[in-house]
Amino acid sequence: MDTDRERHRARETAFYLFTQQSLPACKPVLTPGWVIAIFLFMGVIFIPVGLVTLRASHCVVEIVDRYDIDCVPEPSRMDKVSYIQDDSIPKNCSRFMKVHKYMKAPIYIYYQLDNYYQNHRRYVKSRSDKQLLDGQKYHDTSYCQPVESNNNRPIVPCGLIAWSLFNDTFEFIREGAELKVNRKNIAWKSDRGHKFGKNVYPFNFQNGTLIGGGKLNPEIPLSDQEDLIVWMRTSALPSFRKLYGRIEEDLDVDDVVVVNLMNNYNTYSFGGKKKLVLSTSSWLGGKNDFLGHACVFVGCSSLTLAIIFVLLHVKYRR
Amino acid sequence: MARGRIRAKLRKSHLYSFCLFRSSGSGGQSIGGPGFSRTVYCNEPQVLNQKPYRSNIISTTKYNFFSFLPKALYEQFHRVANLYFLGCAIASLTPLSPFSPVSMIAPLAFVVGLSMAKEGLEDWRRFMQDREVNSRKVHVHNEEGGFGKKTWEDVRVGDVVKVEKDQFFPADLLLLSSNYEDGICYVETMNLDGETNLKAKKALEATLGLDEDDNFNNFKGIIKCEDPNPSLYTFVGNLEYEGKVYAIDPTQILLRDSKLRNTEFVYGVVIFTGHDSKVMQNSTRSPSKRSRVEKKMDYIIYVLFSVLLVISLISSFGFAVEIKYSMPVWWFMRPQDADEYYSPKKPVISGLSHMVTALMLYGYLIPISLYVSIEVVKVLQATFINQDIQMYDEDTGIPAQARTSNLNEELGQVDTILSDKTGTLTCNQMDFLKCSIAGIPYGVSPSEVELAAAQQMANDQEDQGELKTLVASKKEKAHKSPIKGFNFEDNRLMNGNWLKEPTAARIMLFCQILAVCHTAIPELNEETGNYTYEAESPDEGSFLVAARELGFEFFQRTQSSVFVREKYTASGKPIEREYKILNVLEFTSKRKRMTVIVRDGEGQILLLCKGADSIIFDRLSKDGKLYLEDTTRHLNDYGEAGLRTLALAYRKLEESEYTAWNNEFQKAKTSIGADRDAMLENAADMMERDLFLVGATAVEDKLQKGVPQCIDKLAQAGLKLWVLTGDKMETAINIGFACSLLRQGMKQICITESGSEDKQEVKEDILKQITNGLEMIKQENDPHAAFALIIDGKTLAYALEDDMKLKFLGLAVECASVICCRVSPKQKALVTRLVKQGTGKTTLAIGDGANDVGMIQEADIGVGISGVEGMQAVMASDFSVSQFRFLERLLVVHGHWCYKRIAQMICYFFYKNIAFGLTLFYFEAFTGFSGQSVYDDWYMLLFNVVLTSLPVMSLGVFEQDVSSEVCLEFPAVYQQGPRNLFFDWYRILGWMGNGLLCSLIIFFINIIILYDQAFRAEGQTADLAVLGTTMFTCTVWSLNCQIALTMSHFTWIQHVTIWGSIAAWYIFLLIYGALSPRISGDAYQILVEALAPAPIYWQTTLLATIACTLPYMAHIAYQRCFEPEDHHIIQEIKYYRKDVEDQHMWTRERSKARQKTKIGFTARVDAKIRQVRAKLNKKQ
Repeated sequence: MDTDRERHRARETAFYLFTQQSLPACKPVLTPGWVIAIFLFMGVIFIPVGLVTLRASHCVVEIVDRYDIDCVPEPSRMDKVSYIQDDSIPKNCSRFMKVHKYMKAPIYIYYQLDNYYQNHRRYVKSRSDKQLLDGQKYHDTSYCQPVESNNNRPIVPCGLIAWSLFNDTFEFIREGAELKVNRKNIAWKSDRGHKFGKNVYPFNFQNGTLIGGGKLNPEIPLSDQEDLIVWMRTSALPSFRKLYGRIEEDLDVDDVVVVNLMNNYNTYSFGGKKKLVLSTSSWLGGKNDFLGHACVFVGCSSLTLAIIFVLLHVKYRR
Repeated sequence: MARGRIRAKLRKSHLYSFCLFRSSGSGGQSIGGPGFSRTVYCNEPQVLNQKPYRSNIISTTKYNFFSFLPKALYEQFHRVANLYFLGCAIASLTPLSPFSPVSMIAPLAFVVGLSMAKEGLEDWRRFMQDREVNSRKVHVHNEEGGFGKKTWEDVRVGDVVKVEKDQFFPADLLLLSSNYEDGICYVETMNLDGETNLKAKKALEATLGLDEDDNFNNFKGIIKCEDPNPSLYTFVGNLEYEGKVYAIDPTQILLRDSKLRNTEFVYGVVIFTGHDSKVMQNSTRSPSKRSRVEKKMDYIIYVLFSVLLVISLISSFGFAVEIKYSMPVWWFMRPQDADEYYSPKKPVISGLSHMVTALMLYGYLIPISLYVSIEVVKVLQATFINQDIQMYDEDTGIPAQARTSNLNEELGQVDTILSDKTGTLTCNQMDFLKCSIAGIPYGVSPSEVELAAAQQMANDQEDQGELKTLVASKKEKAHKSPIKGFNFEDNRLMNGNWLKEPTAARIMLFCQILAVCHTAIPELNEETGNYTYEAESPDEGSFLVAARELGFEFFQRTQSSVFVREKYTASGKPIEREYKILNVLEFTSKRKRMTVIVRDGEGQILLLCKGADSIIFDRLSKDGKLYLEDTTRHLNDYGEAGLRTLALAYRKLEESEYTAWNNEFQKAKTSIGADRDAMLENAADMMERDLFLVGATAVEDKLQKGVPQCIDKLAQAGLKLWVLTGDKMETAINIGFACSLLRQGMKQICITESGSEDKQEVKEDILKQITNGLEMIKQENDPHAAFALIIDGKTLAYALEDDMKLKFLGLAVECASVICCRVSPKQKALVTRLVKQGTGKTTLAIGDGANDVGMIQEADIGVGISGVEGMQAVMASDFSVSQFRFLERLLVVHGHWCYKRIAQMICYFFYKNIAFGLTLFYFEAFTGFSGQSVYDDWYMLLFNVVLTSLPVMSLGVFEQDVSSEVCLEFPAVYQQGPRNLFFDWYRILGWMGNGLLCSLIIFFINIIILYDQAFRAEGQTADLAVLGTTMFTCTVWSLNCQIALTMSHFTWIQHVTIWGSIAAWYIFLLIYGALSPRISGDAYQILVEALAPAPIYWQTTLLATIACTLPYMAHIAYQRCFEPEDHHIIQEIKYYRKDVEDQHMWTRERSKARQKTKIGFTARVDAKIRQVRAKLNKKQ
């Protein structure tokens, strides 16, 4: 009883304090001491973090090879578009990539496209998540304009993104032996498991008059078409890399990797570059010094501010 | 109120029969003509059915059930911003929309719905209020012949109603009869004109017989009269009754909303009902006011609209260019199948349609939730004002009330206060405090001014050691007068001691004048056995109380005599004396004196006179000036102490002299014609001469509790106070002294009219006076010199004319205090408008009566004093308090807080929306200006509604830069509002710049970090969803940390809202990610699977957050350390608890924080100190 009443009273007091706007409050004041301490603290945190990040980035070994021009035979270079659109010309091409630093497995294989607006609104919208999951059972493909149907039959997977599927292929050979490329599990697990139907098979795909990018094997369900799944994750920026596969063997310094590739995909009409990238990864991912630099910069700025405030405070004591 | 008293049995009307009820003489010439077509069949409601007049139902609501939706919607979309959002919502249904329709429509529906709900609620309250009024009960004569209770709304034109004591009249009535034989009744018209005195109404002789319930069974009559009109003081009509026609004039009309007083009951016929009644015809809807901050906010919205247009144009142009030149080569976009929007053939059309898309996409620059957040915040602020226990008046049980929540922040920007006097500064209660009899001053109790000055000086004694002794003598123990109207204390006079005084005869005469020279009526209070007095003015009441306390108890009045009981006599036995009243020469504002001629018990005829000192002094006989010099000196002292003074004089008359004069006087009285008044005045003038000065009285016009202190604090806070009063100049000046608006040594510039007939001449004269005043101020060298401007109503009428008003205003703003006396309600409003428009500063008008309504509505903020009975001022006001002194807290605490809260809140709102909206624009440039948003629709939807709205609202509701006690101790902090330090363009643009910086930092940090490389150890690269989500996380963190930096007051509420918002974002991501991918799309399991395990995500969040807040933090740290503002210093002092440890420094800071004031007693004390010091210097 007593505790009840006490609790009741406590609640009443709290309510009273609330209505009178005099709830107990913490009123931090940015006194010079605090300011200097905070800036120092941030400096002390950010500089080491930045350095660690930089180190991680430096550990990553990355080989980039631009092949879009070199893979077009000399005579066709004047008109690369008609070369790429001519199906009768074989598109195979060999590249040599020299390993300049020891690369520890897994080595990630990316293809990189530049000046390719995968983030264009018309492009991004042109897909149907419901169809990807439910297949032909889902009829409303209006989202997929302008690639929703062909010969009055729906296309699975519909939409511009799927239609323009990247279809260059790569084979890697080291010292005469083929390097095993693992092309499984390159897409997000959740995508494979829940976004692309296990019982949905490509249908009526790339059957129209206009053939965009790659074709799909109609025997394999969408959930196993990992290239498609990766491709359908639209990139944020017009220059992007997408995962192609993993080499699960270490590469030594001065190893030369021969890449046999099929240069099928047309980036010539809009002047886009194509690159092949081999990269290891650190705990932070790929090679990018910016984060480290930015952290160090912020840390240094904080320290500088701390010093400035100390000096100012000493000089103009209030 | 009346219980326990016996009213002296008396036909009250006879008292007044000298001069009341001058017939107004307005004939019924035009009755029946246009404008005078109303016909009322008395007591015949069935006849009325053929001619329907409006019912007595009143409705003050804005909407009814059916009109609510269309009307309220119209109101809502009247706002430009809402219209824009409506356009966006409609456009979102087309393919042009960058977002799903729901994300555009839902917030709009929410915002509009909430505002409409608020409107609806307010209207509902009005409806309930109307219903309460409509369902009041009144006795109405029914067909069965009796009087039955009916609700007001059922009262019809022609009904006979019976209204009882202290009830309101349900409609405009024709008075038929009252419980008094002569058909008199008294009404209080407080609600109509703010006047507290009772007005007498008198029924027609013909209907006097109708004074019992049964008499009405056969009562029939026809009233023909004017149509409904708003004029309260006129009425034209006639009554056909028993075959005769009687003219009706305004003295027979009882108006709705006035109250029956001092009369048991009246009967009346309903003439005007409901909205036809005069008071309803008079009511004007109070104008809707908007605060300065809000008006400025509109400009910011326009700026943002321009920014929006500019970036939309850029975007559209970019899009058109991309469509024209790039689209044809983007084979992956199937340009050959493109519709018009994307067709490379028509880039202009694409560009134009993209404009629509862009306007929607960047709509986040215009914070849709701003209006609704502000609305919610203001309502909560208003609730706090209503709840404030320190503005709750325990005596009346009335709290302060914010009647509109629109103007909270305006309270923090007030520059000039225009105040009414009676009922606002004063209680309209007079206390007899001092007197001077036969050249000897009596009365030792100090006036409030003296008390307050003494107290203030005692407080400051630390510095002024030499003043200490001066104060000590005046220092006064707590003193409370138990008798209303009497605060006199002097042993020489009390308890009959005056008999021992050498001038006892004069003292007796003095008291006789007090006890006899008046028109009051005594009432016996049975509980106490004392008499109380119903007097015309409170002054008179206090004289009678004083006379009673001194032993001259006025206890009975008959039609011809006044009876006074003398308690202390030489014989020791009380005697009752009868004074036969021969003539009463009434007090008028022109005569400024009142005289009675009486015959006392011994048959001696005496003329007793009281009046303004200047008038009386002119009428003294030669030997009557015996005490003139001393009395004058005392009167000056009293005036300085803020007291109202009157001089008392008498004259003995010979029988023959009187008879001769009386004949003359009677002749004048019975004469008819235009010069009757002049003749009467002449006659009176002849008699009131050769007087003998007895003494003078000093009455304290009791100030409301805490008024001088409040004025002092307000002055310290840098506010100017103008007093606009209907009182006469002397009274106003007295009050000026009493509340320290005036002080000795202040140079008074009195502007008066010369009285010349020629208008032009008068104007030139006034102009000259104004110019002289200005010259005088210019030439003044003394920095401490203060000027006071005093002007009366008639002069003001000229001064307010277009060609002079600016000059007048120029003079007025130079003066430390301004007092306008004898001003009409309309002039009050005009002065208010002049100050408001002329200075461009915020004005606040405070008043209690209906005569203040104009001023209250005209001012930027109107404050009504509630508690007294009239509600007119309160109804028209934006805020109501029950005491003037609460104004201090209302302004200095709540005003200051609300101003800062709203200003910071709006700034932050723009900051956050710029910081967020611009990232969309930058990203746009990376998508070929296609209008693709980087964020998921749901993120954007939640951004304004959930993720960033609560912290900013908690800032708006709970932020306190300094606590309320500190606000009151450092009134100078208030000046941040009037100087608009927190909402000037510098600050607004600063915040916008901060937003721009923040958007740049967030965007570029994110796109560079999540560029093309893998963002996880497992090698995955970042896609659109990952980038968008990371960027959004950074935004949520940065914005919420930013507001944490902005706040200086953290209760658990702030913590919950800020950190809760951040937590809410992660919770949302979890839930959204757990939903089926059919709904969440690419955001499916994004946090769990993709982001949370990636260290880069967390690191980016940390980096962006710190990088965004770092510049602001450096800025505020710098400002606080090296260019501190007032509140910074105070916060620091409080933080270090220096106020506790170092009392001396605390006091010093406090005195430093005062504004230099020229009014208020701080100034007065300072002036006094200067004076004393000067004297001391001279001595040395």
